Amino acid sequence: MSTTLEGGKIAVSRPRTSMLTRLSESRNGLGLLFMLPAAAFLLCFLTYPLGLGVWLGFTDTSTGRPGVFIGLENYVWLWNDNVFWLSVFNTLLYTFVATVLKFVLGLWLALVLNQHLRFKNFFRAIILLPWVVPTVLSALAFWWIFDSQFSIISFVLMDWGLIERPINFLGDPNLARASVIAANVWRGIPFVAICLLAGLQTIPQSLHEAAALDGAKSWQRFRYVTLPLLTPIIAVVMTFSVLFTFTDFQLIYVLTRGGPVNATHLMATLSFQRAIPGGQLGEGAAIAVAMIPFLLGAILFSFFGLQRRKWQQGGAD
Amino acid sequence: MTDNAIEAKATEDDIVGMNQYDTLMRRIVVVYLPLFVFVFVLLFPFYWMAVTAVKPNHQLTNYRDYSPFWVVGPTLDHIKYLLFQTSYPGWLWNTMIVSVFSTILSLAASVFAAYAIERVRFTGARVTGLMIFLAYLVPPSILFIPLAFMVFQFGIYDTRLALILTYPTFLIPFCTWLLMGYFRSIPFELEESALVDGASRWQILTKIVLPLAIPGLISAGIFAFTLSWNEFIYALTFISSSENKTVPVGVLTELVRGDVYEWGALMSGALIGSLPVVILYSFFVDYYVSSMTGAVKE
Repeated sequence: MSTTLEGGKIAVSRPRTSMLTRLSESRNGLGLLFMLPAAAFLLCFLTYPLGLGVWLGFTDTSTGRPGVFIGLENYVWLWNDNVFWLSVFNTLLYTFVATVLKFVLGLWLALVLNQHLRFKNFFRAIILLPWVVPTVLSALAFWWIFDSQFSIISFVLMDWGLIERPINFLGDPNLARASVIAANVWRGIPFVAICLLAGLQTIPQSLHEAAALDGAKSWQRFRYVTLPLLTPIIAVVMTFSVLFTFTDFQLIYVLTRGGPVNATHLMATLSFQRAIPGGQLGEGAAIAVAMIPFLLGAILFSFFGLQRRKWQQGGAD
Repeated sequence: MTDNAIEAKATEDDIVGMNQYDTLMRRIVVVYLPLFVFVFVLLFPFYWMAVTAVKPNHQLTNYRDYSPFWVVGPTLDHIKYLLFQTSYPGWLWNTMIVSVFSTILSLAASVFAAYAIERVRFTGARVTGLMIFLAYLVPPSILFIPLAFMVFQFGIYDTRLALILTYPTFLIPFCTWLLMGYFRSIPFELEESALVDGASRWQILTKIVLPLAIPGLISAGIFAFTLSWNEFIYALTFISSSENKTVPVGVLTELVRGDVYEWGALMSGALIGSLPVVILYSFFVDYYVSSMTGAVKE
């Protein structure tokens, strides 16, 4: 084919151009063809369910029974439901505390790893482990660590004579909240740290040198050189962190299932509990839909975080 | 890696001014002590998991007579019990099948999509790229109820197919986004000269772009595999019978019975279930890091 002359090639191929070849010869046609598998998949299993979820929130669908449109009834019901509001409060608290801790500790770890270290790559590798291991399986280890009788933490503290009786980590509402947040932070630190470390490594050393020559102390170099240059990546990483923490399900499901007395129920776990074991698909979907405004807020935050790049590169604000 | 080494050497030589306060004492307090605490806290649960998995039952909760941090006479009883008296091997097999197939499916779809967005540049390619990013941000906790509804209606409830078809909802956006970054880094000129030499778009993709994007493909592949291996909420919702469960769901729902927890069996289940991804990870650490940071750095 490639050796034939242009004219001959056209003459030969013209009569049997199928629709496929004609499509693949134009830019848009080829784009469409290449996008087709992914787009079909996402439209069918992502966009459609998203819409279906919103629709289900307006119906009284339950397992095995197609529902009818009931307007805002689910939302009115949720509005007056104390457990729902408790779950909203828990979700916000969980997200806020866990994200702040993840950020502070993750940034700290990233700064430590950015120092001159022997075996740096080795440390980076093992630090990422909590993030690689399936959440449910590491959460099981935390379940065992937080056991009411045989917790290893209680044992050590008792051994040191700091406490008298084992701590009931997952039995007391506030302790349970603290425990699930601790487990979430444990799992989230590596992600934040490694991403911020990647950001730190892009900051030119010469800027630090210049600042040091001008007499900046290490805190000032961090505050006025590192932090501003790291802001865009911090914005993105933290948006991801907020999104994943806000919609967390696995950890709570393993550790407490929302208990004690709904003290650790997040919106995702409450939605699951009402929809799947409870059978109230409509109500569960309504709770899931109620998460969307918060998520949109987080995405917008990320968007404006990304925008910052412009002025950092010398463009207009 | 060699770049890093060179850079490190250069910094050591150049900035004497910045390291003059770095006495050994200060370095220990500022760097090594925090690092030690971080590493200890981050790794302790795994150590505890491993120790519990091989502890004989009489030592498990007897902290008085046996040190909890060490094992006297480790046993494989828990692991044997898990492998021969429960459905655990079946769960491992299911997880493997589901992860492999959903990864292959997502990678195939993503390669074409990423190439189209990044290099074919059809009308609206930028918007499509943005939509892919937004799709990546849609969390499974919002989608599982309507998807359960759909899975039920399609008649694939409680089958592995249900998982193979739903996992790509989070895998395709991720892989596409990652591969877009890799394709962007391949010089245009290569494609142009291939075009001039008479290569078709298909030939350019298979003979020029894909071979150059192999690191990206590996990154996306192992990462997608890990994400599907770790997936929980869909597997919990769409699967009901024991023989179709995946490892995370099976360990949690079948091994936890009543009030007496068999911690030994649970921890060995968690340990063995983590091993495949950890082994994969240990071989491809750099690919992991690059895909994780790549996805964030847009």
